[in-house]
Amino acid sequence: MTIATQPRWNEIPGGFHPESAPDYLPVPQLRDIQLRRLKATVRHAYNNVAMFRQRMDERGMKPDDVRSLDDVKRLPFTMKADLRDTYPFGLFAVPMEQIVRLHASSGTTGKPIVVAYTQEDLNVWASVMVRTFAACGLHRGDIVQNAYGYGLFTGGLGAHYGAEALGATVIPISGGNTDRQIMVMHDFGVTAICCTPSYFTHLMERWKELNLKPPRLRVGVFGAEPWSDEMRKRIESESGIKAYDIYGLSEIIGPGVAIECECQHGLHIFEDHFYPEIINPETCEVLPDGAEGELVLTTLSKQAMPMIRYRTRDITRLLTGQCPCGRTIRRIDRIGRRSDDMFIIRGVNVFPSQVETALLSVEGTLPHYQIVLTREKGLDQMTVRVEVTPEVFSDKVRALEQLHRRLEQAMERVLGIRVAVELVEPRSIQRSEGKARRVIDQRKI
Amino acid sequence: MKLHQLSLFLENRPGKLKVPCRILADAGINIVTLSLADTQQFGILRLIVKDWQRARKVLEDAGCVVNVTEVVAVDVEDKPGGLAAILDVLEKAALAIEYMYAFTNGPNARKATLVFRFENPDAAIAALTRAGINVVGDAELFARLEA
Repeated sequence: MTIATQPRWNEIPGGFHPESAPDYLPVPQLRDIQLRRLKATVRHAYNNVAMFRQRMDERGMKPDDVRSLDDVKRLPFTMKADLRDTYPFGLFAVPMEQIVRLHASSGTTGKPIVVAYTQEDLNVWASVMVRTFAACGLHRGDIVQNAYGYGLFTGGLGAHYGAEALGATVIPISGGNTDRQIMVMHDFGVTAICCTPSYFTHLMERWKELNLKPPRLRVGVFGAEPWSDEMRKRIESESGIKAYDIYGLSEIIGPGVAIECECQHGLHIFEDHFYPEIINPETCEVLPDGAEGELVLTTLSKQAMPMIRYRTRDITRLLTGQCPCGRTIRRIDRIGRRSDDMFIIRGVNVFPSQVETALLSVEGTLPHYQIVLTREKGLDQMTVRVEVTPEVFSDKVRALEQLHRRLEQAMERVLGIRVAVELVEPRSIQRSEGKARRVIDQRKI
Repeated sequence: MKLHQLSLFLENRPGKLKVPCRILADAGINIVTLSLADTQQFGILRLIVKDWQRARKVLEDAGCVVNVTEVVAVDVEDKPGGLAAILDVLEKAALAIEYMYAFTNGPNARKATLVFRFENPDAAIAALTRAGINVVGDAELFARLEA
């Protein structure tokens, strides 16, 4: 038996919640659970979702052909376009009487995509969110300010029910109204906050101006957009909190697919519910653990809307080796980029996160920036607009020109191409209360 | 002995200079003198005002990035060779000037005041004082303006 080698709950740093038990399962037992659930999910989807049944039939596959976890790679992919094409309810696998909740994602092009939950799906969602918060060292007695938007977006309600199920005190403040957020954080003795990392940097800026630093804030659970390690260092050193990266997507369940533990070295994926693969986004070939590629997820317990091999477009890798925290569920690397927010400028692939890395490598530059893409006389131009901060501003022209040159050099070093840097006045770049709008593409292609 | 100068970052676009000037006007703060450095992209507005602490606060409250620098002001005869004589002293002391500007002020109109930015203002003040040149600090300048 391998049970004896598992850490006991009181030896696990960061506390332990009974709900977190699957995080520590012996690997063979975890694989057994995954295989059992995979078989049931494939059968359920085949019997109840026309699109999936048709694709299986085209391949000459039946649910019984799934005999091992390795057989996942023979199943057809699901893309975001499939959700759009079957809008609104085409991928639901249960009748509406069993569906107790609908969410929808903000559609960047036309119609949104709709996702559904049975009561059991909501229970699973709350459970993975309890495991998420427990991994961040939160427990009963914590006061959680939930600044994710409440509504059709999964972030708000997902974090809300998870924090309640944990036994913490939830403040359902939702997004926006920065000054009220700061007042509540300060006056209520909030110990943890959930929001996007870019909004949190905005909160930090504002509480400095108001001189209202929240006295008890200890933990930030930040997600819904990519953010760099440098940005985390800045958040942690300026605010004194521990900043955790949370990962999730509506198509799979919402927030609570993966979370960092106190080691902050990769995000543990709740793989007893969400089975991960990494593929080469061009060839769709499955890559071994440790290789970088696109994350593909298969839900293992979703009833209302099972997702088979959903292509997330997020670029990461599955980390090898055991995490010192004792969890046996695998980790994905922090997601710095997506295979589709990438843009191509003069033939070079650029990800906004690379620009962030370059900006932050130049001392004292806060990450308020915007990338503007234009096309002049058939040639693409990329301009990075960077706000001047009190830390870097000087009365000497020479000093500012040096800063400007250092920024351009850092950009060229990281991106491999020359781009223009423009120093702009503080607060001239619009602040976001949700996902930061980093790239303005004005090219007419 | 030193003079406090406020510097502001401005984008080099129409209407940008007016913003801080309007903020100071609304706060009832008079600009004694100013200098504007410009590049193709941005400008730096440097201001001498009497109530510099209050000016700094109203500008920062309005979202401006404000930098406070200590500059050295000296009186000079408003006649040919006045500036050259001062520059002789600075050259002998091997003091580099980052930038400078000049203005005439108060009832003392036959004299001009030169404002210098040095990397090391204390060394500059020592050299100028040794040469018998009057260095004007905040207190003296503003007392003179009110006379």
